[in-house]
Amino acid sequence: MAFVQLEGLGKRYGDIDAVVATDLSVDKGEFVSLLGPSGCGKTTTLQMIAGFVEVTSGRILLDGRDITHAKPASRGLGVVFQSYALFPHMTVKDNVAFGLRMRKVANGELQQRVERVLKLVRLDKHAERYPRELSGGQRQRVALARALVIEPPVLLLDEPLSNLDANLREEMQFEIRRIQREVGITTLMVTHDQSEALSISDRVVVMQAGRITQIDAPYTLYEHPRTEFISGFVGKANLLPGERDSTGVVHVKAGGELTLSLRPEKIDLCDAGSGRVQGRINSRFFLGSQWLYGVTTDLGELSVVRRNDGSAPLNEGTTVGLDWDTALLRVLSVDEVSA
Amino acid sequence: MSTLAALRQGRQGYLLSAPALALYVCLLVVPLLLTLVLSFNVFDYGTGIDSQAYTLEHYSSLLGDPYFYEIFLRTFWISALTTLLCVLIGVPEAYILSRMGAPWRSIFLVLILTPLLISVVVRAFGWSLLLGADGLVNQTLQALGGSPVKLLYTPFAVVVALVHVMLPFMIIPVWTSLQKLDPAAEQAALSLGASHFTVIRKVVLPQIMPGVLSGTLIVFGLAASSFAIPGLLGGRRIKMVATLIYDQYLSELNWPMGAAIAVALLLLNLLIMLSWNRMIEGRYKKSLG
Repeated sequence: MAFVQLEGLGKRYGDIDAVVATDLSVDKGEFVSLLGPSGCGKTTTLQMIAGFVEVTSGRILLDGRDITHAKPASRGLGVVFQSYALFPHMTVKDNVAFGLRMRKVANGELQQRVERVLKLVRLDKHAERYPRELSGGQRQRVALARALVIEPPVLLLDEPLSNLDANLREEMQFEIRRIQREVGITTLMVTHDQSEALSISDRVVVMQAGRITQIDAPYTLYEHPRTEFISGFVGKANLLPGERDSTGVVHVKAGGELTLSLRPEKIDLCDAGSGRVQGRINSRFFLGSQWLYGVTTDLGELSVVRRNDGSAPLNEGTTVGLDWDTALLRVLSVDEVSA
Repeated sequence: MSTLAALRQGRQGYLLSAPALALYVCLLVVPLLLTLVLSFNVFDYGTGIDSQAYTLEHYSSLLGDPYFYEIFLRTFWISALTTLLCVLIGVPEAYILSRMGAPWRSIFLVLILTPLLISVVVRAFGWSLLLGADGLVNQTLQALGGSPVKLLYTPFAVVVALVHVMLPFMIIPVWTSLQKLDPAAEQAALSLGASHFTVIRKVVLPQIMPGVLSGTLIVFGLAASSFAIPGLLGGRRIKMVATLIYDQYLSELNWPMGAAIAVALLLLNLLIMLSWNRMIEGRYKKSLG
């Protein structure tokens, strides 16, 4: 049974629809990401769940209880903010203990719970520090600990990693997932970063212009994007014209009426003359574990990603053949909403 | 080497700040020193000031006369009360102001600041019109069947007018420190189960204490040395230190005595403000850095 349920949830600001009739159900213990470009309504949706933004239409159910118009304090949800929103005048320990003090938890239990959660986020050595004495990643952990210590039914994460630099971001992604697994807490995360959403969620909800356009597990979302927008937003994609033959199999064909998506890593480079299409390498970028080639073909400029297997890469200007498995072509539907 | 470091090391820096320094020395340091010297000069009602002879007489009469104690004490309690009222009115006002929407916030901020553009004397006369024996307040009281109350030339009138004049000096520093707050911190506190009142008490107030502290220092300092308002609304009877100094200089023509009182006011003011600053800062320094 759904633990968190949004029913036709909507938010209007004046004449602007920020979120339009959104339905979503999240199971207990599930990690769901709301993914979309800025202004797509994902943060507004999260804030409505947290209770910071008034709901215009629809309902929010938490474990069967209607919390649509409940005050933030009475919802008891754990919220982690993009800016971390730590209390700068309190130590790490007092920041974390704040929610427990508000709940009038007895001192002995309070100390225990604070200690336990600080250990969980690996900050037990920094309990007496002030937020300004911590690094970005450590502040992030304090914010997480502060939200978790009240043992909320649901954890809401608003762009939790966007203020961290690239290395730390990846580390914290896995850290958040580890903690979420360990605690088993139902989690909703808002993000604009597709790799973040793909790597740690059970399901990804793609939002566009206030509407949900696809809900799927990360792998399914990546392999079967529904629209042109999603295929380009979630990972890189080559868009090719194509058509369906009499047996129902899809082929690439110049001037075809279908739009097909083909991921760059699904294209093989072979000797000139062989393969399905001929092309010439126009650009080459080294990404460490991979090479990214830009190949000019009759179908347009295609991106091709090849694993760095230790052999010498192809030079710019080389003519090559391109080949792919037609089963990996995805037919995209026309975008129903413009982003 | 950066330009700034070069400036710090070479003479160029002193040269560049020389105009401001000269102004500061001429308009503040020199008059202060002259006042200090003057306060030790001998004064005689028959012969006037003797700038060659020095005495501690003015300070000893200042310390020995309960009349001066009374005026100093009155000055400081009126200033303290003014400061307290400014905190009680100004802090919530600044908070509400910082929460206002786009057009209203700037409109109200300007409204709060406009009184600064009007001369204190004009505003003091305004209050004396309102609070006078047949002023608007007493007329209203009588119209409602009450008997007139003596308002003008009381500490009440002085405090009311001082609060009115000093309020912007409290609101501006508090407003500035409110700007630095992360609004999400308040949301975080709400989501953790705090009531709005608790959020203000435990999250907002501690963070704006530096602003409140500077506000109280400015207001107290200005109120304790204010002249026009106690002069016009306190009258002859409710004397404060600044009006006392004025009297010594211009009615008694006893300049050295006036100078001694001025020096005493300056020292007491400094003492009170520094210890207040120490007390508050000591409490919040560790947490606010």
